[in-house]
Amino acid sequence: MPDRWLLALVARRIGGALLTLFLVSLAVFSISLLMGGDAAEAILGQSATPEALAGLRAAMHLDQPAYLRYLEWARDLLGGDMGTSLITGMPVSATVLPRLASSLQLAGLTALVSVPLALALGILAAVRRGSLLDRAISMATIAVVSVPEFLIATIAVLIFAVTLHWLPALSSGRTIETPLDLVRTFAMPVMTLACVVVAQMIRMTRAAVCDALDSSYVEAARLKGVSPARLVLRHALPNAVGPIANAIALSLSVLLGGVIVIEVIFNYPGVARLMVDAVSTRDLPMIQTVAMIFSAAYLLLVTAADIVAILSNPRLRHR
Amino acid sequence: MNYPLSPAASRRPIAALRFVRAHFSLILGASIVGFWLVIAVIGPMLAPYSPGQVVDLDVFSPASRQFPLGSDYLGRDVLSRVLVAARFTVGISLMATLIAAMTGIFCGLAAASGGWLDAVLSKLFDTINAVPSLMFGLVVIASLGASSAVLTGTLALVYTPGAFRTARALALNVTALDFVTVARARGEGIGYIVLCEILPNVIRPIAADFGLRFVFVTLLLSGLSFLGLGVQPPNADLGSLVRENIAGLSFGSSAVLVPAVAIASLTIGMNLLIDAASGTPRAGGSR
Repeated sequence: MPDRWLLALVARRIGGALLTLFLVSLAVFSISLLMGGDAAEAILGQSATPEALAGLRAAMHLDQPAYLRYLEWARDLLGGDMGTSLITGMPVSATVLPRLASSLQLAGLTALVSVPLALALGILAAVRRGSLLDRAISMATIAVVSVPEFLIATIAVLIFAVTLHWLPALSSGRTIETPLDLVRTFAMPVMTLACVVVAQMIRMTRAAVCDALDSSYVEAARLKGVSPARLVLRHALPNAVGPIANAIALSLSVLLGGVIVIEVIFNYPGVARLMVDAVSTRDLPMIQTVAMIFSAAYLLLVTAADIVAILSNPRLRHR
Repeated sequence: MNYPLSPAASRRPIAALRFVRAHFSLILGASIVGFWLVIAVIGPMLAPYSPGQVVDLDVFSPASRQFPLGSDYLGRDVLSRVLVAARFTVGISLMATLIAAMTGIFCGLAAASGGWLDAVLSKLFDTINAVPSLMFGLVVIASLGASSAVLTGTLALVYTPGAFRTARALALNVTALDFVTVARARGEGIGYIVLCEILPNVIRPIAADFGLRFVFVTLLLSGLSFLGLGVQPPNADLGSLVRENIAGLSFGSSAVLVPAVAIASLTIGMNLLIDAASGTPRAGGSR
C-alpha cells in the first residue's frame, strides 16, 4: 500500500513539528523566567508590602515550582486561554487576535505579490542562465539581500511620502473605505517586505531550477528534441517543486522576523509591534503568547513545505 | 578600476588584465571586505576628532574641508563616528559569526557520525531555529541588557543552527565517500580523518557559509541597533548611527547616508566574495 506508506511519512513530519513546538514552548517559558521580576511585583509596583506580594503570588500560583507553572500555562494555552495582560488587565486574546488579523493581512498581501513575481523571475533567470538578464537579476538580488530592510523602508518613505507625497508615511490601517485607500495604506509596507522576500526567493528558485536543468534526464529530453518551453515546464519544473516549496517557506518565514522592523517604521498595528511594546513593558503573558504564535507560524510553513516536497516527489509517490 | 598588481603579474600586463576580468567580482568583494576589516582595526586611530565630542556649531552640515563627511545631529564629526562605529559593527559581527560557525561545525561534525547525539542535536537546533531571530534577540536583550557580550552571544546563538545544518550535511556527504572508507581501513585516527580527509573537501562551502552568516549577523545587529536595542550609547555601531541621524534623511544628510551605505557596502562586498569564491556558474565559465 503506497498510500499508507506515504501517509506514515507525512504523519512523522507532523509529529516532528509538534515535538519541536513543545520544545519551543519550554524555551519560551524559560526565557520568560529569565526576564526576572515576577508578575506579582509588576502588578503591585514598588510600594508593595512583602505580605501583599506573598498573598498575590499564592493567588497567582507563582509560589509553585516552575514545572508546575509550565504545565498549567501549557494546559491553558491548549485550551485557548492565553492569560491576562499584566498591563491592561484585559485577556491577551482580546488584544492579540485583532492584531494577528492585521499582521496576517500584511503577510498575505506580501505573499500574493512576491511569490508569483519571484517564481517568474527565478525561473526566467535559470532558463536564460548566463545571459545579461540573468546577471542583472542576480546583481539586483545580491544588492537587495545585502541592504538592511530599515534602509529600504526609510528610502521608500523619503521618496514616496516626503518627496512625491504619493503615499502616507504611516499605515494605521483604520480609514480603509475604497480599494484605493487599501492600496495607499499597504503599498509601502508590502513593497518593502516584498523586496526582501522576493530577492531571497529568486536566488533559491534559480538554484533549484538550475540543478534540475543540469540533470541527465533534461539533457536526454533536450537531445530528443523537446521544445524549450516543454523542457522547462514538463521536465525540469516538476522535479524542482520540492526545493521551490522549501524556498517559498523559508522566504516567508523571513517575513515573520522582518515584519518587526517594518511594523515599527510604518507604525502598522500588527503582532510584531505588540511584541516590541510587550518587551518594553515586560508584559510576560503577552510576550509568551506572541512568541508562541510566531514559532507556530514558522513551523507550519516549514512543515507544509516538507509535505509538499514529499508529495511532489514521484520516487516517493509511486513506491 | 585600478588594482595593485604583483611584480610578476605586471611584467605580463595582458595576463594580469585577463585575471582581473575573470575574477572581477572576487577582487571587488575582497577589496571591500578587506577595506572594512582594516578600518575596524585601525579606524579609531585615524579619527580626526573624538567621536563623542561636539565640534561643529551647526548640525547636519554638509561635507567640508574641516569635516570631510559633514557633521551629525548634534554637530559631531561623522567621519570620526563612522570610523569608530565600524569597529563595533565588524567586531561584534565577526566575533558572533566565529562563535556560531565554530559551535555549529563542531556539533555538525559530531552529529554526522549519527546515533542519538545526531537526533538530540538536530532537534535542539531546530527548536532554536523555530523562534524568529529578531524576536529572540528582543526578548534576550530585554531580560539581560544590551551589553556587547550579550549581543555577541545572542547573535551567535541565533545563527548556530544554520552553521550546524550546513556542516552536518557536508560532513554526511563526505564521510560516505570512498577515500574516507579507505583512510579508515588504513587505520587512521579520527583526528586525522576529520582534519586531513574531510576538512579539505568541505572548506570551500564552509567558508562560503561563514561569509553568508556574517552578512546575516551584520544585518540583524544593524536592525537591532536601528530599533534602539543593539549597541547602547555612548557607544554606537553603524545601525545606531542611522537611527540617531534619521531626521537628516529628508534632506539627504551625509550623517545618515554614510553609515547606511557603509553597512550596505560591507554586506554587498561579502556577498560578491562568496558568490565568486563558491564558483557560481558564469557566462563562458567552465560549467
